Amino acid sequence: MDDLARLSDDALVERLQRAAFAYLTQFVNPENGLVADTSRENSPCSIAVVGFALSCYPVGVKNGWMPRTDAARRTLATLKFFFQSAQNDTAEATGYKGFYYHFLDMQTGKRVWQCELSLIDSALLMAGILTAAEFFDGDGDESEIRSLADALYRRVDWRWAQSGTKAVSQGWKPECGFLHYGWEGYNEATILYVLGLGSPTFPISDEGYQNWGLTYQWENLVGHDVLYSGPLFTHLFSHAWIDFRGIRDAFMREKQSDYFLNTRRAIALHREYGERNPHNFKGYCRDFWGVTAGDGPSGQDLRLDGRDLRFFGYMSRGVPYGPDDGTIAPWAMLAVLPFDAKAALAGTRHLLESYPQVLSEDRFSSGFNPTLAVDGTGWLSDGWYGLDQGLLAMMIENHRSGLIWSLFGKSPYVRAGLKRAGFEGGWLQP
Amino acid sequence: MTDAPAGMAKPNDEDVFLRRVHPDAWRNPPPKELYDFAIIGAGPAGIVAAELAARSGYNVALIERNRIGGNSLNVGSVPSKSIIKTARVYAAMREVEAYGTPQPDEPPLDFAIVMDRMRRIRTRIAEYHSVEKLAGLGIDIFFANARFENAGAMRVGDSVLRFRKALIATGARPRPPEIPGLDDIGYLTSTTIFDLASLPKRLAVIGGGPLGCEMAQAFCRLGSHVIIVQNDPKFLPREERDAAEILSRSMARDGVEIWLNTTVVGAHTANGARVLETISNEVKGEIEADEILLSIGRVPNLEDLALEAAGISFDRDRGLEVDDFLRTTNPDVYAAGDACMELKFTNAAEASGRIATRNALGGAQETRRALSIPWCTYSDPEIAHIGMNVQDARLQSIPVKSFTVMMHDVDRAITDSQDFGFVKIHIAEGTEKILGATIVSSRASELINEMAVIMSAGVGMNDLANIVHTYPAESGAIVLAALAYVRDHRITD
Repeated sequence: MDDLARLSDDALVERLQRAAFAYLTQFVNPENGLVADTSRENSPCSIAVVGFALSCYPVGVKNGWMPRTDAARRTLATLKFFFQSAQNDTAEATGYKGFYYHFLDMQTGKRVWQCELSLIDSALLMAGILTAAEFFDGDGDESEIRSLADALYRRVDWRWAQSGTKAVSQGWKPECGFLHYGWEGYNEATILYVLGLGSPTFPISDEGYQNWGLTYQWENLVGHDVLYSGPLFTHLFSHAWIDFRGIRDAFMREKQSDYFLNTRRAIALHREYGERNPHNFKGYCRDFWGVTAGDGPSGQDLRLDGRDLRFFGYMSRGVPYGPDDGTIAPWAMLAVLPFDAKAALAGTRHLLESYPQVLSEDRFSSGFNPTLAVDGTGWLSDGWYGLDQGLLAMMIENHRSGLIWSLFGKSPYVRAGLKRAGFEGGWLQP
Repeated sequence: MTDAPAGMAKPNDEDVFLRRVHPDAWRNPPPKELYDFAIIGAGPAGIVAAELAARSGYNVALIERNRIGGNSLNVGSVPSKSIIKTARVYAAMREVEAYGTPQPDEPPLDFAIVMDRMRRIRTRIAEYHSVEKLAGLGIDIFFANARFENAGAMRVGDSVLRFRKALIATGARPRPPEIPGLDDIGYLTSTTIFDLASLPKRLAVIGGGPLGCEMAQAFCRLGSHVIIVQNDPKFLPREERDAAEILSRSMARDGVEIWLNTTVVGAHTANGARVLETISNEVKGEIEADEILLSIGRVPNLEDLALEAAGISFDRDRGLEVDDFLRTTNPDVYAAGDACMELKFTNAAEASGRIATRNALGGAQETRRALSIPWCTYSDPEIAHIGMNVQDARLQSIPVKSFTVMMHDVDRAITDSQDFGFVKIHIAEGTEKILGATIVSSRASELINEMAVIMSAGVGMNDLANIVHTYPAESGAIVLAALAYVRDHRITD
């Protein structure tokens, strides 16, 4: 760990980025491009992680970690699999209506765990597909990538996912139809709406996005005006692809802010919460934060200061309303690099110095809880999660070069979606 | 004869209670020729209406088919809050270690004493509006069923009462289940749960509204194993998401087993237990319980009133059709309380009872829309709300901003280790006008009333920031929210 502490900021960041990137090539089935949800044995593929992987192959090429032909070959294999796999309403298919099931068998590509046809995860997959289409602008494999990407995106029936209502459902199952909960309050779904609105074939209606906006909470919290969402990742996911600097929709015009600035404020809120540490958790301070969705301890209770403390397992944790059980995501501080580099580096260096065990093979664990002592140190999530690694590799690249932002912003579908959502200004101006 | 030990219910407590709410030997008075005001239902709405009219010199008939006080006193707010108090004491006992005394073994519970305490409290509160007190105001009290004969008369028992004006305040009852098999195996409702003689080992609660959540948490704290089943993905559908989620976690911390997004589709008995058949997405499940509490809302009591004879329109689900002045489709007949109000709470019943009476008898033109009614779910922490929520405002295109103070940043909540929750004040952005507030705290039921006064007086955020409060106090959170507003709007030349 000493060697990490001695590295310059740039060298440290690049080393951690490369390790995160390498997850996507280590835990992949090269035949079909499916990437494992976690590094744990028998983990299925998460389609969202595939979306991150497709976005990261260009990062590998740019940094010289992967030859362009290799990246194109992997991307093409992935797109071919998704194009050719079974699309129907049976329980064993890979997808339906152009969307895909959240978790797929790594080998067969069939749905596992009776999971839902996931709209947000399909959107993240499509974001990766559109990123690849912008990066690979050559002939041969690269030309095939572009036509497959176009066909895959055009096939998605976003309008069907509104099921005749104004709202977009969170998912669908062949056994019971649409899940009866929608999107309430600001969260990571902006990219889902933008891609749904940009479709030239089956777009969602304009009211869908406006209706979602009616549930937004603009709050003054701990001295910051912020569009509230509790878990940190919700302020990052859409931002991994979309550069929100200087572009505003009607809501942000009304509030004289933008979504990029909003993430900066959310970060400030998380840091202040860490410093106040209202529940007296071990470790929390201005440089130890990152309460978000992810793995955490479960199945045990702890008496802390005469109160029962319950642990939530894999859970979406948030600030300041909770839930919070003292678990942070060790990768999360570094992932805010493009928004607040000072905070990201101060937090990450403090974490690595105080709790070096959160890193193995230069890769961050998904969850860490020092309040719950295990073997004299804190509870630590086993292995790695693909979502964490993919998001981190992308966010670092956006900080270093803006590569993903610039690729994604070139997509005509993305530009159309943003405009239909009411975004104006900045780089969207003609 | 010796007195009962201190703290125990005296044997005649229940007799005293019945004397106050429905004396055994009661004889209805001979009806007057014509009543200025005939009121059907002696719950909170009917009582305030009767008292107000009688004190104003009108002759009043008050007709009740069961007991004075309605649900609120007999089977609602009063008994539930006394049980909730006991449950809070039990929960506090589990956290005494932090205060320097060892935690006792699971405190033994004498359920009979818990229920005696509740009955004693109910008896005491029944005195304030007892039959004797009401009759003393000159109100003619009839214990009987009422049915309209025509637009100006109703049959009450064997008599016919003629009226100039009438008020329907018949309240509501627990909504019956539409779950196959549940009627056969038997279940409790908010009306019958307070008759329990022993604490159920396993209690299944169907419905995650205010009453279901309150009772689930209370019975869990008293020692029942409680499972609560809710159709929706969250509890308290009327509340803001953050508030409902804090309650959900609080119940889970107490040990309530929470089955959200789950529908009860059938019921049967097996091995002496009651069994609920459930389905969540496509997954089937079963819940075994000794008792089942059904809490899926309330329906108005209107079917037996022969309303059509008086030209009064109603909907079986939504209640009486009334205009903004609480007048029914018969211009001489008004309505108040659960029989017509969307908010089925005691305070809404009383407030509407007053408005309806002044409109009916005094020719006032008060509207129910002008009423700002706070409400509270008496869970721990309590969840209270008044006025608009964010979505209401945004639907009306009002730019809205919420000033939020977490209770864990409020000194008094910290000193008392009761720091779960928040105060959230919604304002119209660009102004200092308060649109509404949501409060989650151990004392939200009290704090929300400060917001009621503030809003009713039209106090804005600037003035609120200058109102000096005691220190430390949980209500300091309200001032902190106002101070955040002031910081946001600094003095300019």
